[in-house]
Amino acid sequence: MKLVFALFTGLIFGVGIAVSGMMDPAKVLNFFDIAGTWDPSLAFVMGGALLVTFFGYRLAWRQTTALFGGRFQIPSATAVDKRLVGGSALFGIGWGIAGFCPGAAIPALGTGRWEVALFLVAVLAGFVLRRLLFARPVQSAA
Amino acid sequence: METAFTPIASFGGGLAIGLGSVLLMLGLGRIMGATGILSGLAFPENREEFAWRTALVLGMMLAPGLIYAATGAMPELTVPASPTMIVIGGVIVGLGASLGSGCTSGHGVCGLSRLSVRSFVAVLTFMVTAAITVFLIRHVFGV
Repeated sequence: MKLVFALFTGLIFGVGIAVSGMMDPAKVLNFFDIAGTWDPSLAFVMGGALLVTFFGYRLAWRQTTALFGGRFQIPSATAVDKRLVGGSALFGIGWGIAGFCPGAAIPALGTGRWEVALFLVAVLAGFVLRRLLFARPVQSAA
Repeated sequence: METAFTPIASFGGGLAIGLGSVLLMLGLGRIMGATGILSGLAFPENREEFAWRTALVLGMMLAPGLIYAATGAMPELTVPASPTMIVIGGVIVGLGASLGSGCTSGHGVCGLSRLSVRSFVAVLTFMVTAAITVFLIRHVFGV
C-alpha cells in the first residue's frame, strides 16, 4: 500500500512538472533569459507549488506520525555554510547550461527522449564526483 | 527561441507539484527533493529506502504517458543545449545539488514552504547563478 501511495504521489508530481512547463528546457532557460526571450511562466509554477505546500505541510504536521508510519523527517540543519552556497551556486550554473534540473528530468525520462537520459547519467556522475571530492557526508536534502 | 507565456497551465502544474510534495510528507514523512531521492536510489541505505524511491520515480515517469493518453500529445520538450553541454551541465548539477543538499524541488518548493533560511539562501544563489550562466551563454558567447 505504501508503495502504491508513493507511485501515485510521484504521478501527481510528474503531471504537475509536465503541465507546468518545467519539463521543457527551452521554457526553463527562457525564464532566466530576462535580457532576451524572457518567459516568466515558471514564476507561476513556484507560486502554485508554494501555495499548496505552505498550507499543506502545516496541515500534514498536525498528525503525530506519517500515514504509513514513521516520524516526519524534516531537515534540521540551520548552518548557512560554504557547502550550501558553493553547491547551490554550482547547481545554478549546471541548470543554466543544460536547462534540466533533477526534479524535471525524472518525469521527463518518461517521454523516452535520449537527451533526458544523457542528462540523468551525467547527474549521477556528478553525485559520484561529489563523493570522491568531499568524503564527509553531506546534510540530507534541503 | 520564443516560448509561449502560460501562466494558467504553469500555476495549475505548480499546484499539482505542491500536492505531490504534501502527499509524500503526509504519507511517508519525506521531503520531495529530487536530488535526495535520486541519490538514495543510486546509493541505497537499505531495501525499504530503495523501494519507496523506486515507486515514486516510476510514478513520475508515468506522467508523460498519462498526458499522452489524455491529450494525444507528449508534453512540450525542446532541448536548446548540445549533447556536450547536457553532459557538462548534468555533472555540475549533480555535484552542486549534492554538495548544496538540494535543488529546485527540495530547496525551492519544500524548503521555502518550511521557511528554511538555508533554502532561501540556496534558492537565491542558484537562481542568480543560473541567470548569469544563461546571460553569458546567450548574450556574451552567443551559443
